Amino acid sequence: MDLIRMKNVDKKYKNGVTAIYDLNLAIEKGSFVFVIGGSGSGKSTLIKMLYREEKPTKGQVIVGGLDVAKLKNKKVYKLRRKLGIVFQDYRLLPKQTVYENVAFALECIGEKRDIIRVKVLKALEDVGLKNKVHEYPDNLSGGEQQRVAIARAIVNDPKLLLCDEPTGNLDPEKSMEIMRVLESINKTRGTTIIMATHDKEIVNKMKKQVITLKDGHLVKFKQKGTYVE
Amino acid sequence: MKLFRMLGRSIRDAVKSVIRNFSLSLASISCITITLIIVAVAIIASLNVQNFTEAIEKDMTIVVFVENDAEKEEVEKIESKIKEIPNVEKYTYQTKQEVKEKMQEESEVFNTVLNNWEDEESPLKDTFQVKVKNVEKIKATAERIGRIEKVSVVRYGEGMVDKMVTAFASVEKVTYGIVIALVLVTVFLIINTIKLTISARKKEIGIMRLVGASNLTIKLPFIIEGMILGLFGSIVPVLITTYGYLAFYKHFDGYLYSKLIQLIQPEPFIYQTALAVIGIGILVGMIGSASAVKRYLKI
Repeated sequence: MDLIRMKNVDKKYKNGVTAIYDLNLAIEKGSFVFVIGGSGSGKSTLIKMLYREEKPTKGQVIVGGLDVAKLKNKKVYKLRRKLGIVFQDYRLLPKQTVYENVAFALECIGEKRDIIRVKVLKALEDVGLKNKVHEYPDNLSGGEQQRVAIARAIVNDPKLLLCDEPTGNLDPEKSMEIMRVLESINKTRGTTIIMATHDKEIVNKMKKQVITLKDGHLVKFKQKGTYVE
Repeated sequence: MKLFRMLGRSIRDAVKSVIRNFSLSLASISCITITLIIVAVAIIASLNVQNFTEAIEKDMTIVVFVENDAEKEEVEKIESKIKEIPNVEKYTYQTKQEVKEKMQEESEVFNTVLNNWEDEESPLKDTFQVKVKNVEKIKATAERIGRIEKVSVVRYGEGMVDKMVTAFASVEKVTYGIVIALVLVTVFLIINTIKLTISARKKEIGIMRLVGASNLTIKLPFIIEGMILGLFGSIVPVLITTYGYLAFYKHFDGYLYSKLIQLIQPEPFIYQTALAVIGIGILVGMIGSASAVKRYLKI
């Protein structure tokens, strides 16, 4: 079954720039997909449309049965609860500990305290940070901070994990660490992962599905693809 | 259950934020305090004015003096004519004898003076005391009675009461103007306080939005913060008005200048007023923060 379906999607920004032209796409549940392309190719726009940071100008975007384009601002939270998002800049709260940062995602949606505890510890274990529960983000390395962000994104057991250049700020070694974490999440939890990146090495090593974008057009959608310019 | 958890979280966040932005919170609270003191005084004053104007109006009577040479049938005729007037609620008739007795009862001086007069030379007259249904039409009613034959003089609280009531009414209007201006200033200050809180928590709000917190969940802490500011702001005004009015009432023994102007009993009046003041405080805080949330939290 397809978790994501995009049909004839156009995205034109208010400043006149068209980021996506007539995109058709179907992504199966449980897949691990890279979205690659140079800057301005529309990678970020594609990711943003999936969590409704941006609305498509034309066409249909369906994520987990929700029509994103028709989703009212007030109802966006319904979509966001189905997915987790990881950014290049981590976006952690500096005054809260690792545990609190991850728990925050569940507190915000009114989860019970004891359930929060179980889920947070499980998520932190999955990203390999069980021993840093009470540290503050500033005391962690970049790779560790990104793993906290991943833990926060998966703590609510989302069907979909969106990653926008999650390794953009990290050196190759730490990047691979993050990739291993993502791969194990994809395997053990069955979470569908869509990751925008421009890191050739990672894409070539991982041998996952690859969507190649160029100037807003879909160039290729390959199983076990590699990075092609 | 979930609702309670979210509410608890919002209250915790709101209190934290009030403490964190202490100086600005204090400014808002002081502004609310000043506003509410004036609002409270205005409420108490206007309710008291309303109370005693009503009492005075209820007390207003037309006194009709019948000419001395009126025969018994003529008095009856006057009576029937008074009865015909639609605005007349009720009336009583007193002969000069009864008037004399009543006056003697009321005052020692009258007692001795009136005793020296025989019935024939008495300056007193038979009177009708007429109560009207609608005080505003009292003048027309009095004039109509004055035209009846054998009626000599008609009296009522001409002008005096009306002028007093109008004066109080205009004072009230000015007070309302000041109150509205102050409320607006307060709302503006609260908007700024909440705006600061919002900008201090921009990152947190962004994350909340990403992890699927509903808009209400995001907004609630700020609205509660405004309500807390309003609540704190109403403490001093409530104390001042409650104890102030009690002292005021005691000092004047329940009357202002004359027995005509009667003050409202402090209980339960002050408690109701206190409740209203707290309610207004919380409401003003809520309106301020709600509008700040609307303006600066476009999510």
